[in-house]
Amino acid sequence: MATLKLTDIKKQFGTTQVLHGVDLNVAEGEMIVIVGASGCGKSTLLRIVAGLEFATSGQVDIGGQDVTGLDPAERDVAMVFQNYALYPHMSVFQNMAYGLKIRRMAPEDIRKRVAQAAALLGIEALLERRPRELSGGQRQRVAMGRAIVREPKLFLFDEPLSNLDAKLRVQMRAEIKRLQRRLGVTSLFVTHDQVEAMTLGDRLVVMHQGHAAQVATPMEIWSRPADTYVASFIGSPAMNFLPGTMEGGAVRLDLGLKLHLPATPALADGHKVTLGIRPEHLCPGAGGITMNLELLEPLGSETVAHGRLPDGTELTARLPGEVTTEGPLSLLLPSEHLHLFDAATGKRIGA
Amino acid sequence: MSRPAPASHLFRGTALPWLLLLPQLVITALFFFWPAGQAVWQSLLREDAFGLRSEFVGLENFADVLADPTWLAAFGRTLLFSGSVASLALVSALFLAVQADRNIRGASVFKTLLIWPYAVAPAVAAVLWLFMFHPNIGIFGRMLNAAGIAWDYKLNGDQAMLLVIVASAWKQVSYNFIFFLAGLQSIPKSVLEAAAIDGASPRYRFWTVVFPLLSPTAFFLLVVNLVYAFFDTFGVIHALTQGGPGKATETLIYRVYTDGVVNLNLGSSAAQSVILMVLVVGLTFMQFRYVERRVHY
Repeated sequence: MATLKLTDIKKQFGTTQVLHGVDLNVAEGEMIVIVGASGCGKSTLLRIVAGLEFATSGQVDIGGQDVTGLDPAERDVAMVFQNYALYPHMSVFQNMAYGLKIRRMAPEDIRKRVAQAAALLGIEALLERRPRELSGGQRQRVAMGRAIVREPKLFLFDEPLSNLDAKLRVQMRAEIKRLQRRLGVTSLFVTHDQVEAMTLGDRLVVMHQGHAAQVATPMEIWSRPADTYVASFIGSPAMNFLPGTMEGGAVRLDLGLKLHLPATPALADGHKVTLGIRPEHLCPGAGGITMNLELLEPLGSETVAHGRLPDGTELTARLPGEVTTEGPLSLLLPSEHLHLFDAATGKRIGA
Repeated sequence: MSRPAPASHLFRGTALPWLLLLPQLVITALFFFWPAGQAVWQSLLREDAFGLRSEFVGLENFADVLADPTWLAAFGRTLLFSGSVASLALVSALFLAVQADRNIRGASVFKTLLIWPYAVAPAVAAVLWLFMFHPNIGIFGRMLNAAGIAWDYKLNGDQAMLLVIVASAWKQVSYNFIFFLAGLQSIPKSVLEAAAIDGASPRYRFWTVVFPLLSPTAFFLLVVNLVYAFFDTFGVIHALTQGGPGKATETLIYRVYTDGVVNLNLGSSAAQSVILMVLVVGLTFMQFRYVERRVHY
């Protein structure tokens, strides 16, 4: 167990800047999920923490100790890889004992530690098997076991669930969370899946093009996204954006509708803004905007309606129950659910 | 026909399959079974010195060969020679492959250069080494003599053996290098990274992860190298030492040539080649049995 502190981590591969200065403070026992689209630098950041890559500049501290220049072996971290990276020529027991053997632990202690971890993960019966004799889920457990027995300062997960089928993924997700709570080990978890991110993380780091766009709790990111990228990346279906202009403390949508906000932002008249609203916050009712329906996706308890506004902007709404109407649909935009972003920078405006 | 025909009914009758197999069968029969059969038949005969008469002598040729102390000496020499060639070629190829597998500048040039020796004919390779180590005209031969080391592989049997071993091994390094490099590149990078995070030093990683995963390749190469040293080194030895000085570099294959082609003792020569054939068949058989059991993934 340890804290992790990243200070202004930058990474360049040749002339390509992959990370543009990432700062992060992780408290002891915290589970941080780094989430972003592929190519955003999230895996590179994890590998820099592991010591598999070295940052071009910046500092990594684990447990208050500067480990920036240290090899992975000297950092006392454990990592679970996307393809599990089990040693194919070793039994499950040998796989889990490998790191302990290197630390010259007594054979009885190794056996005890491995047995404990195996019991925790329910893989006691598999200890003599080779990785190729295991299913995907079992390999996943062994990879977890190999990380757990080491009792490292830090757990690193590099998209460990993306090779599993959907059902197993949900199951392993819950298991990882339970295990992490129980062991209380500080963890970094990289994923591109926003559901995984929301459910696993104490806090999320949303990465976008080498920057940490927002670092906050899942609920905060969902309810107060820092910019339009985070707003569209987290939440499904994605948030709707409507262009508008400030007019007397209210927003005049390009569609013509004028909307008042709960708090008046300190912006001059004529400032271009983007108004965001999540599909689930749109509710049917007269006096709002009118959407021309294009597609209905009934999901049982709710229906997702896709369509276009008169000016051609795409809009998605999540409506309760079954929707049977065809043609135009009138929707209200409740002011307490509106998000206001600067049109030029994409940054959130106001509280 | 709504469904594709099952495989066993793909060809109607047996004529077409036989026809398709025929070229391979003809080649195998013509260039392996026939000469091999001839050798076996020849090994049971004894011919007079002029090749006018031959008589059937059963296994007498074999008994003579196996009881001949000079043949047994050549057998021991061959084991030493083959063992040395195989280990030298394997160890240096593995070392070079590990170096080439790293992300170093110019790795592709390095790889190309290492593969070249394989394209050099054995006799040419031997001449190359001759020009380097000839005591009078070879660069290194002269240097050694100038440094006070009495280097003359034409007089010193140990030096002659050393030279044919090195020259033969050099020729085989390329082949081993390609296989080792392919083997190294098939090891997932993440497995090595996992070992690094588990705390293994590069050396420990090599011996506990890389080498075990390469062992099927290494074993396959060991057999191929032994077979190479047994049979394909004739050209190198012939061009460098002709089995001399004395019989210092006379291996079994060279002796087959001397007894059969030079001394015209066809029965004995044939018996010796049959023994060699049995040895290689044994080695190959062992390889198939062993490698199939040891493949990890």
